[in-house]
Amino acid sequence: MAASSAASAQAPSIEVLARGEADRPHSAVVRFGADKPLRLDSGAVLTPFQIAYQTYGTLNAARSNAILLCHALSGDQHVANVNPVTGKPGWWETLVGPGKPIDTDRFFVICSNVLGGCMGTTGPSSTGPDGQVYGLGLPLVTIRDMVRAQAMLVDHLGIERLLAVVGGSMGGMQVLQWAASYPERVFAAFPMATAARHSAQNIGFHEVGRQAIMADPDWRSGRYLEEGLSPRRGLAVARMAAHITYMSDTSLHRKFGRRLQARDDRTFSFDADFQVESYLRHQGEAFVDRFDANSYLYVTRAMDYFDLAADYGGVLANAFKGGRTRFCLVSFTSDWLFPTADSRAIVHALNAAGAPVSFAEIVTDKGHDAFLLEEPELFAIARGFLDAVARTLGVS
Amino acid sequence: MSDRSAVLDLTMRGAALGDSGKRIDLLMVADMVAPGSRVLDVGCSDGELMELLATRRGCDARGIELSREGVNAAVARGLAVIQGDADVDLADYPDDSFDYVILSQTIQATRAPKKVLEHMLRVGRRAIVSFPNFGFWRMRLDLLLNGRMPRTDNLPYSWHDTPNIHFCTIRDFVALVDEVGARIESAAALDAAGQKVRFTAPWWVWNLLGEQAVFLLTRK
Repeated sequence: MAASSAASAQAPSIEVLARGEADRPHSAVVRFGADKPLRLDSGAVLTPFQIAYQTYGTLNAARSNAILLCHALSGDQHVANVNPVTGKPGWWETLVGPGKPIDTDRFFVICSNVLGGCMGTTGPSSTGPDGQVYGLGLPLVTIRDMVRAQAMLVDHLGIERLLAVVGGSMGGMQVLQWAASYPERVFAAFPMATAARHSAQNIGFHEVGRQAIMADPDWRSGRYLEEGLSPRRGLAVARMAAHITYMSDTSLHRKFGRRLQARDDRTFSFDADFQVESYLRHQGEAFVDRFDANSYLYVTRAMDYFDLAADYGGVLANAFKGGRTRFCLVSFTSDWLFPTADSRAIVHALNAAGAPVSFAEIVTDKGHDAFLLEEPELFAIARGFLDAVARTLGVS
Repeated sequence: MSDRSAVLDLTMRGAALGDSGKRIDLLMVADMVAPGSRVLDVGCSDGELMELLATRRGCDARGIELSREGVNAAVARGLAVIQGDADVDLADYPDDSFDYVILSQTIQATRAPKKVLEHMLRVGRRAIVSFPNFGFWRMRLDLLLNGRMPRTDNLPYSWHDTPNIHFCTIRDFVALVDEVGARIESAAALDAAGQKVRFTAPWWVWNLLGEQAVFLLTRK
């Protein structure tokens, strides 16, 4: 007891570490002042604001080997380095690194924290120009706003055209938005396990999560940080519910079945008797330490609002007309959050627009999260696609 | 899932190779395509024909392939290939989106060959279809002498587990072309040695001597 409290006095908790990232992250930061305001879809103007980002590899002399990675809802910019908050490996180290399919020996890889996030890019836990934490005072942001901010970062890095933009889930939404908004700046697009619009079912799940957060008395109408509080229970429930949607019936069953957690029989109580309950509680707890509840509200809302076709007269193909970006899409058979039909709808639109597109549905029982896991089929396709793109652009 | 590409390999095992090691049947198909065209290759396998069309004919080639192995291999070649099925996915392509739609050694494995052919001629201005000819003399002889469904080195499946559910002869195919209201612009047959059948002969000769056939069709 004494030893552990001594240790915790030396090493700040994950929660404290995470809180510190909002304004002063362990990442490169670019700050945009009053001369470079960000005009948001809501009509609001965000200024000043900052973007926190990580890079891997070296930008070549021709500035032609840059790949932008877009992270998902609960991700961050720490793709392939030890996360400064959790101490865990980067979330895409399976795919990104020296000799990996997204090979940092060849490519200059960029990943930034999304607008509305809590890892150093301006979000609701950031300190606003008045010295106060934004909280709900931050205007709502959209996927397109996130991409606008990323484009400003890419400008800042002096990169005219990206070799590829890559991402899964919400990251895939950003990839699609990039190809639609800046077709001449995206040579290749690799969206996986994603959709061109968020479904009613998915908006429904997000609303459950948000209501759980807002129902927590410690949420304090969004002003919990000023009071030194955090709606931990609400955010944990949100994460638990969401986590189920990232897996599949089969993968949950294989992992836990109906097995009991460290007990021989049911306790006839509401303890976490089942392993699956214990696992979800753990997932919820681990998440609240590192993620800001208001960020969860903002970023889920951005996904809900995403409907790419709506910005192009209701016809998705129009979003890609005239562009020369080449696409590769991947979906997973057991993903019921972003099912294959969503990817096929994008493929049909790209075909109608005459865009070069490849598509593969990967057989796996790991559900939506498959894009983050060791999935050899995905790696083979990613490697093949990016190799071919690099050859075309003369990137060695 | 990989049944169809397996069929392709087995069907073409005896196919002769051309000057540069390319399969003659693919070279024949490629010869029918005007340079610089937009081409959709349905059942493109690992993209060999697409690559041939892109590099030798300067075509903008797209593919549909059922097997994941085929899609992976084609994507790694830098080709645009969609995992899909001729029976299902052709319906989603807009009218007139290609100059040519190619169906190579696949029509006999489709559920609805007539519908597939109609979609090909809707999506593309021209269609190119190659298929194994069930009217080939060895097939006929096999059935006549043995009284069993023919099995050859190139088509080794038993009747009950073959993916080739809609075999036809050259004559059958010509009748189908007529039925869907298409016109035959050109046609060729390959004999068992993979050489062109050099006949300006009537259909029944082709139908007897051709082990495979290739047709170039247009709308009437």
